Amino acid sequence: MSSRAVAVERLSKAFPHTDRNLVALQDVTLDLQPGEFVCIVGASGSGKSTLLNVLAGLETASSGRFEVQGRVALMFQEAALFPWLTASQNVELALELRGVKKSSERRRQAHDLLERVHLRGFERRRPHELSGGMKQRVALARALAQDADVLLMDEPFGSVDAITRDLLHEELVRLWRASSLTILFVTHNAREAVRLGDRVLVFTSRPGRVAQEFKIDLPRPRSLDSPELAVVAGRITERLKQEMRPDGH
Amino acid sequence: MATEPVVQEAEDVVPETVEVPERPHGARRVWSWLWPKLAALALFIAAWQLVVWSGWRPDYALPGPLPVFQRLSEDLGRPDFYVGVAITLRRALVGYAIAIAIGSVIGLLVARVPIVRKAVGHAILGLQSMPSIAWFPLAILLFQATEGAILVVVILGAAPAVATGLLAGVDQVQPLLVRVGRVIGARGLQLYRYVILPAALPGYVGGLKQGWAFAWRSLMAGEIINIVSHQPSLGQQLQFARDFADAQQLLALMIVIFFIGVVVDLGFGFADRAIRRRRGLA
Ligand SMILES: Nc1ncnc2c1ncn2[C@@H]1O[C@H](COP(=O)(O)OP(=O)(O)OP(=O)(O)O)[C@@H](O)[C@H]1O
Ligand SMILES: [Mg+2]
Repeated sequence: MSSRAVAVERLSKAFPHTDRNLVALQDVTLDLQPGEFVCIVGASGSGKSTLLNVLAGLETASSGRFEVQGRVALMFQEAALFPWLTASQNVELALELRGVKKSSERRRQAHDLLERVHLRGFERRRPHELSGGMKQRVALARALAQDADVLLMDEPFGSVDAITRDLLHEELVRLWRASSLTILFVTHNAREAVRLGDRVLVFTSRPGRVAQEFKIDLPRPRSLDSPELAVVAGRITERLKQEMRPDGH
Repeated sequence: MATEPVVQEAEDVVPETVEVPERPHGARRVWSWLWPKLAALALFIAAWQLVVWSGWRPDYALPGPLPVFQRLSEDLGRPDFYVGVAITLRRALVGYAIAIAIGSVIGLLVARVPIVRKAVGHAILGLQSMPSIAWFPLAILLFQATEGAILVVVILGAAPAVATGLLAGVDQVQPLLVRVGRVIGARGLQLYRYVILPAALPGYVGGLKQGWAFAWRSLMAGEIINIVSHQPSLGQQLQFARDFADAQQLLALMIVIFFIGVVVDLGFGFADRAIRRRRGLA
């Protein structure tokens, strides 16, 4: 399993429930090559967050195995900033825990990262003074501060406006290409997935499983508005709709 | 019949600068904070004076506000009065500090170690509702009429409240924040230092505040009951005033005791509000 950045084999996760267990993931198998950018799309409740939580070591799998090479960072679906710290301090804490010893160095790097997510001038704001999308961007800066080998992102740009999102996509792709980062990116938005990913995995609902894999061969840089992208995204959306059609659930 | 859409220029609608309602500052703010309190105080004094005028109790039992405040200002001019205040405050601070140390350690142990929680979690709550005056007979048996007996009771009164506050604070920490802490690499004690304790701070401050109230009450009870000789503490002076049927002195001392309580409470109130404002909770 060792040449892959992320290897997941027949992974299942059930949550205990009063009468019967809720199977969130069933026999999920997927691989990520080092440096790959893979997106997951799936309906709400299809176990996407659960998968990322298991990979980040926050939940234990019920069965199956997985392996992650190197250090993992997880960007949660909720921004989940520490409310007693400023935007900059939230990022600095991740740097400190990563082992950046000098506080002046931490501050410099934190301000750098915040500038990359277009939050210059908001370093000293506290989370409750930021909008939902701004909080998500601070969370992105914090995840980047961890300097991990594998970055798991759970709908990171859900509350960001279209234009800022486009800028963040650009920035994320730029960062990813300049590094050896491996990214697993969860979204509801097929276009976003096609814009970013080398591959897009469509998840089934309850239990969650990989229903289909789309290889995205579009040349980079990609534009959200390009007709080629729209065609591929349309196919993925079609597949998603199939998954979401009522079938007894 | 297509009509031209009416496009309004932004400049016409939005004023150049948006006026932010200014937070009143300086003297105005202090005044708006102070005047309701002063009004309440004036009402209280007026009611007191009316009761005195009604002749409900003789003057030597219930003196009016004027003689009491005169007596208070005389007291405030006497050096040995401050000696008494200093003795009482020293006891309060020493007992309270020890109570914070003990209460914090116990609170953390209960929060962290499940078996400790099962064993003494409820006992701590029970201790909190135990009237501190009930400890005195035992404390005097063990420590005689010494300051030690008083401190023990102060600590027993305050420590459970501190422990309970910290425990409640830790229990209310959002699990999501703990997960974030783990994901960004905090382990073991680091998780407490960087995530759990800061997140528990509001609850802890609540416990500290309540702990102070218990400490102060226990101390007054202790000083009144347990006369440590040659120590003219506030509680002891209060007891003497009663023994000598000196109602003016008694009321003047009660005003001092009340005043100290209010000042400390204000301090906690400010700390609490500052913490909440920083986190967007207030
Ligand atoms: N801690 C938990 N306890 C019990 N059930 C859970 C728990 N976490 C998730 N589930 C269940 O597992 C299923 C998958 O949830 P998950 O959060 O992974 O979905 P998701 O794909 O991330 O959805 P969304 O797109 O809405 O974020 C859901 O049916 C949910 O009810
Ligand atoms: Mg989710």
